Amino acid sequence: MVGKLLPAASPPLSHVATSGSHGEDSPYFAGWRAYDDDPYDAVCNPSGVIQMGLAENQVSFDLLEGFLREHPEAAGWGGAADDSGVASFRDNALFQDYHGLKTFRKAMASFMEKIRGGKARFDPDRIVLTAGATAANELLTFILANPGDALLIPTPYYPGFDRDLRWRTGVNIVPVHCHSANGFQVTVAALEAAYEEAAAAGMRVGGVLLTNPSNPLGTTMERSVLEDVLDFVVRKNIHLISDEIYSGSVFATPDLVSVAELVESRPDVAERAHIVYSLSKDLGLPGFRVGVVYSYNDTVVTTARRMSSFTLVSSQTQKTLAAMLSDDAFAEEYIRTNRERLRVRHDHMVAGLARAGVPCLGGNAGLFVWMDMRRLLLGGGGEATVADELRLWDLMLQEVKLNISPGSSCHCSELGWFRVCFANMSLDTLDVALARMGRFMDRWNKATTLQEKH
Amino acid sequence: MAGKPELLSRMAAGDGHGENSSYFDGWKAYDENPFDLHHNRGGVIQMGLAENQLSLDLIEEWSKAHPEASICTAEGASQFKRIANFQDYHGLPEFRQAMAQFMGQVRGWKATFDPDRVVMSGGATGAQETLAFCLANPGEAFLVPTPYYPGFDRDCCWRSGIKLLPIECHSSNDFRLTKEALVTAYESARSSGTVVKGILITNPSNPLGTTTDRATLAMLATFAKEHRVHLICDEIYAGSAFAKPEFVSIAEVVERDVPGADRDLIHIAYSLSKDFGLPGFRVGIVYSFNDAVVACARKMSSFGLVSSQTQHFLAKMLGDEAFMAMFLRESAARLAARNERFTAGLREVGIGCLRSNAGLFSWMDLRGMLRGEKTAEAELELWRVIVRKVKLNVSPGTSFHCREPGWFRVCHANMDDETMEVALDRIRRFVRQHQHQKAKAQRWAAKGHLHLSLQRHAGIASQYHALSSPMAALLSPRSPLVHAAS
Repeated sequence: MVGKLLPAASPPLSHVATSGSHGEDSPYFAGWRAYDDDPYDAVCNPSGVIQMGLAENQVSFDLLEGFLREHPEAAGWGGAADDSGVASFRDNALFQDYHGLKTFRKAMASFMEKIRGGKARFDPDRIVLTAGATAANELLTFILANPGDALLIPTPYYPGFDRDLRWRTGVNIVPVHCHSANGFQVTVAALEAAYEEAAAAGMRVGGVLLTNPSNPLGTTMERSVLEDVLDFVVRKNIHLISDEIYSGSVFATPDLVSVAELVESRPDVAERAHIVYSLSKDLGLPGFRVGVVYSYNDTVVTTARRMSSFTLVSSQTQKTLAAMLSDDAFAEEYIRTNRERLRVRHDHMVAGLARAGVPCLGGNAGLFVWMDMRRLLLGGGGEATVADELRLWDLMLQEVKLNISPGSSCHCSELGWFRVCFANMSLDTLDVALARMGRFMDRWNKATTLQEKH
Repeated sequence: MAGKPELLSRMAAGDGHGENSSYFDGWKAYDENPFDLHHNRGGVIQMGLAENQLSLDLIEEWSKAHPEASICTAEGASQFKRIANFQDYHGLPEFRQAMAQFMGQVRGWKATFDPDRVVMSGGATGAQETLAFCLANPGEAFLVPTPYYPGFDRDCCWRSGIKLLPIECHSSNDFRLTKEALVTAYESARSSGTVVKGILITNPSNPLGTTTDRATLAMLATFAKEHRVHLICDEIYAGSAFAKPEFVSIAEVVERDVPGADRDLIHIAYSLSKDFGLPGFRVGIVYSFNDAVVACARKMSSFGLVSSQTQHFLAKMLGDEAFMAMFLRESAARLAARNERFTAGLREVGIGCLRSNAGLFSWMDLRGMLRGEKTAEAELELWRVIVRKVKLNVSPGTSFHCREPGWFRVCHANMDDETMEVALDRIRRFVRQHQHQKAKAQRWAAKGHLHLSLQRHAGIASQYHALSSPMAALLSPRSPLVHAAS
């Protein structure tokens, strides 16, 4: 359905409704449309577009399905044996308490602890449930910043933040520029520069928002860098939001260093530290809409809980997942197996790209690689522009039939980088994609060599 | 560790969350001493929660008979991956289809609904907020007839920054919304410089338990068009109408009664929390006749989508037309019987209720029991006695912004028959005792003992006054606002 131009007689909609801050006019979404129009299918449409712009985890569904098969009580509405306190259909259907099911919060806390190898404790009473991380991030922004304030976010970052954090809140994003020279790590200088930029624009800074592990980089933040960020937020008396939605997808060293781990040894940080989590990536359940706001600040917890009224998790879903995640053996096995499968996928992808002559940033987490196509933007004289990157992106989409995400849509300060997802398709499909990349690079190399000869 | 208030936003530091009202004292009393038919017959009976618990057995039976509706059973497992992965904010097509069909069914097919206009939200709470964000800017206002559901103050205003202004309704005409009252409210807003962007009605009404008649709906649609304001109809109780006059939806009026009505101004909010007794499932719907609002609300639904697991379950259930027809019929019959039993029980002691044909509650008239002048303070005093002494958590009319003190909303669809009899029994004893005291006081006054009796009344009331005072809901282990959000 396309929004039509309203006749003059009707009252206008709100500024929020008519602004473009919903973010859907960016190329990030245009690629999705191209995929929707011509989706790859091994049998019916082998020359269609392969979706590599969607950070979904489809490698471990069988583990979840297996659990449900072996534990039919998780499916049913329970009986005397279920001591969850909301065993019956009736009790579950009526349960709308914004504290959330206690068994579910305990299961989430336990799961988050397991992911971090027991290096941090999570208190179930600090867990606030929201319908997805999208809601969790927006909710925290409403609580920690006023309209017109700014959040500092290291680039490149998840394009959805432009909508989630700014649209209805009226809060701004000021980028903290990161560069490939040091593996896109955040530096104190970059933080300070961003802070100054906000101040110069008359914006009060509400906080820093990190995604760790990073989307789109696929890397975890080093301990010393995280400590620097913590020092920075303390120094400036601002907040830190750590979106740890990919925390369960760390498949190689270095281990994840979570804010949760550092807070325990840094009392100066507690009241300003907040973690966002979700089951959309680690469990591959984006449809279930399970997000978490975890704050060390009591007032934030209380306020977040009240605000979660707008975005609660279905009690039906809470019950199902409580059963699954409170089974310690299952949870541990899932985390271990899922990580291993992601590692295999990742390594396969990186090897395939290397054979095609395309390097990637060294990554140890996430559902994607950060692919370096800068070489393809060079030549023709002059500096590469965003238009050049988008031309290459469009070429990949139209000719190579791969929907990948251009770095500019992630606000990357350097041109030529692309995020490419590997966990949302079968291994066979991944091989088809890698073969297409290989052929494309062959053609490119030949064309470039020919050009150079002239 | 307590946070420094200046570190949080104004929105967080303020009380737009609505939980600081004395309304929540009743919740505290219930939480501390909840009634249980078998284990605590002396406890507080919860009559402040508008939940429909009378027909959940029907849904439970259906759910057992249809294991394929759950993606966790052997029968439904083949759908698990597709459903668990589905996060498209358009929603599952079969869910939208089933919801549109059901919305038509619940209105006796007098209006049809387009699945492409069905947009999800985080419950009706989320639906109201989404519409506020789409239709009005901070500082602008919606007009709302009083009495109205207190949660609107939070839902419509807290994060959006819009205002709600009352359209005063009175018992003299059974609290019906009149054009005069609407015009008065509209002019008053404008003369104070406030931009009015919409009118928000709840039909059937919470807390009145009545439906809005066709002529009034047509008047509203016409007014909306003439003054270029939106008309938002919260029809969350559409399936809870149990007696004549029949429920008339704005969808029907717009389609049939108002030639030249501007459909771009008409929006419906719906939910399955009341009609089905499924508040836990968080199924809110925004249904707008305005394409731009549909598009905007759909994008906003990213912040409050319905769990795909729940969408799948409901697509199957709502799509079972025969079951739905049986359910609606049976649920209405049970609500009618419950309403009749409750109001008859009150009539035995001379307590009247507004004649109700819908909803999960009665609007009880206790004006005759107010001590002294009929003021908001007198109402709260009486309310505290009812909560602490009679041990019934009912909702005082002032919490619904009612301008006439002495009315109380009493929910009675959230308990079994026996519990309701206990509640009625307590009310009857209290009323008789009150009448007895009053008669005695009059005799004493006649004999010149007025001073003493007044002091005794004041003593009882003030004891209870001291026990409860406006408190932060932080103290409640439960979630008074969500429960009270009914």
